[in-house]
Amino acid sequence: MKIVYADNNATTKVAPEVVTEMTTFLTEKWGNPSSMHQLGGDVEKGIELAREKVTACLGASQPSEIIFTSGGTESDNTAIRSALASRKGRRKIITSRVEHPAVLNLCRNLEREGYTVRYLPVDKHGLLNLADLREAMDEDVAVVSLMAANNETGVLFPVEEAGQIAHEFGALFHTDAVQAMGKVPVDLSLGHIDLLSVSGHKIHGPKGIGALYVRRGCRFRPFIVGGHQERGRRGGTENVPGIVAMGKAAELAMAHMEEEQTRVKAMRDRLEAGILKIPLTRVNGKTEKRLPGTCNISIKNVEGESLLLMLDQKGICASSGSACTSGTLEPSHVLRAMGVPFTYAHGSLRFSLGRYNTDEDVDFILEELPAIVERLRELSPFSG
Amino acid sequence: MVWNYSELVKKHFFEPKNVGKIDNADGTGDVGSIACGDALSLTIKVDKEKDTIIDAKFKTFGCGSAIASSSMLTEMVKGKTLDEALKITNRDIAAALGGLPAEKMHCSVMGREALEAAIADYRGEKVAHDEEDEGRIICNCFGITENKIRKVIEEDHLATLEDVTNYTKAGGGCGACIDEIETILEEYQNSQSDKPKPKQAKGKKLTNLERIALIQEVIDNEVRPELEKDSGGLDLIDIDGPRVAIRMIGQCSGCRAAGFTSAWIQEKLREVVDPEIDVVVVEEE
Repeated sequence: MKIVYADNNATTKVAPEVVTEMTTFLTEKWGNPSSMHQLGGDVEKGIELAREKVTACLGASQPSEIIFTSGGTESDNTAIRSALASRKGRRKIITSRVEHPAVLNLCRNLEREGYTVRYLPVDKHGLLNLADLREAMDEDVAVVSLMAANNETGVLFPVEEAGQIAHEFGALFHTDAVQAMGKVPVDLSLGHIDLLSVSGHKIHGPKGIGALYVRRGCRFRPFIVGGHQERGRRGGTENVPGIVAMGKAAELAMAHMEEEQTRVKAMRDRLEAGILKIPLTRVNGKTEKRLPGTCNISIKNVEGESLLLMLDQKGICASSGSACTSGTLEPSHVLRAMGVPFTYAHGSLRFSLGRYNTDEDVDFILEELPAIVERLRELSPFSG
Repeated sequence: MVWNYSELVKKHFFEPKNVGKIDNADGTGDVGSIACGDALSLTIKVDKEKDTIIDAKFKTFGCGSAIASSSMLTEMVKGKTLDEALKITNRDIAAALGGLPAEKMHCSVMGREALEAAIADYRGEKVAHDEEDEGRIICNCFGITENKIRKVIEEDHLATLEDVTNYTKAGGGCGACIDEIETILEEYQNSQSDKPKPKQAKGKKLTNLERIALIQEVIDNEVRPELEKDSGGLDLIDIDGPRVAIRMIGQCSGCRAAGFTSAWIQEKLREVVDPEIDVVVVEEE
């Protein structure tokens, strides 16, 4: 069966070029980069080359600003804990209600440790109001953490401006840019962003590798303590195959960035317009300030898991923010924060397109989805 | 995540039976709500002389297992008298589907509630759930009352917070009621430990004859009466070491819930006689 993969915000297919790069460091260059012999030395060079590629892709000023981690979640945990440790005496954290669980659940834990957390609201389009941030700031805020792009809706936050506001009050600014990397530019040159988290598997790299950008001059405390790896900032023998793969993936992401804004965006817009022809549907986060490939729609009176099961039967991979698929019993915290009514929230579908999607994929989804919706609506006790 | 749905769940989801609404239905049961994420509207047609359900249709908003449970429910009730139908438990629905993932048991509970509501509607009775819906609300996210939580804990022998959430959804939202649910569970467990237990063989080495006698006793005193309630029964065929062979008879034979019944018998025997026991169902000759 033909598989149409439209779930690129969940994970992405590893690029063949990345696999090749990675394989070299599993089969030939398998040494320990800390070793004093040539086998280790070659590996170390590979790591530093990867660091340069990630530096270039993110627009950081120098490779020493990049620390490799196990992924987005570790980067988020490291960044926020480090910020709190370097702003001793300050007891407040500001974040938003729609962050990734890596940040939200960490913040809930920090509340139990005695910190005060302020969760900023979003409007019905999922947008952040910077006036709310300014109003929440004071000299007790240690760190502000706001995502660059939302994983569910693709909605972008003005992180450069938010960072500037945080700095006015002497707080550090962190952004989770896992979804933004390689799709939309985040400007590090302004110096308003101190810490930025990214992940390999969202940019056609493998799982289990990520990176944290730490602005040069920003104080840093390691999260994982061990050997002198990563200049003492992240202990543990390096995940070499993952690191070189992430480097390659970052290089490719940089080369494909423009395509995201043109070809991928055009496919997304056509998909969205086609789905909206189905009666009683709406786009969640309909704004220009959005990732080019993400489309989050809600279909009234049908439930998300049922939609996904029927799509899956046709070979279409998507995801949903419905209660039954969220792992909890409530629909997505992002859609609820946006005030999406329950009649729509349980029937949400996220299609996220990427580099390997084609126009035929969009055609296929638009061919299959209307009949699936019609079938489930016949089953539903609700209408109108 | 991909749920581990049985083939029967998939079949009843992709090709559901008895979809729709019976015109001039004799009884209607509407449970759940769109806010909760699942809702079921069950309509039944009753043969008034025979007091038998002759048709049942459903409309369901919900996930794969909610739709499959509704479809299976309509198949199970057709041809049953109202009293027989009321004996169907949520576990029967789940067992008939070849089992449901633990997190999805609340879907089968919804089926059972809709059935009770439809029959009560036909009989012009007060819906039993009104009692459950009265009383203090414990879980504000899903509007679940203390009465309902207590009822489900007792009926389904729930032991953990996770069970309660899987069966009722209570505690699955913000989590503010978790302490209260755990208190209710502790109260139930304490009340159970006061009750006299069936005589236990634990710690005592039984002779073969004593062992056979004890198995026979459990089957006669605890298992048979339960099966007879459903016009069923069983024969004890053989006891060979830990292997206990039984044959289902009457309504139990060929019953879709037979797998569940034998598991329940095994559980009973393991509890009273020997934790090693394996119950094997032998087909009718």
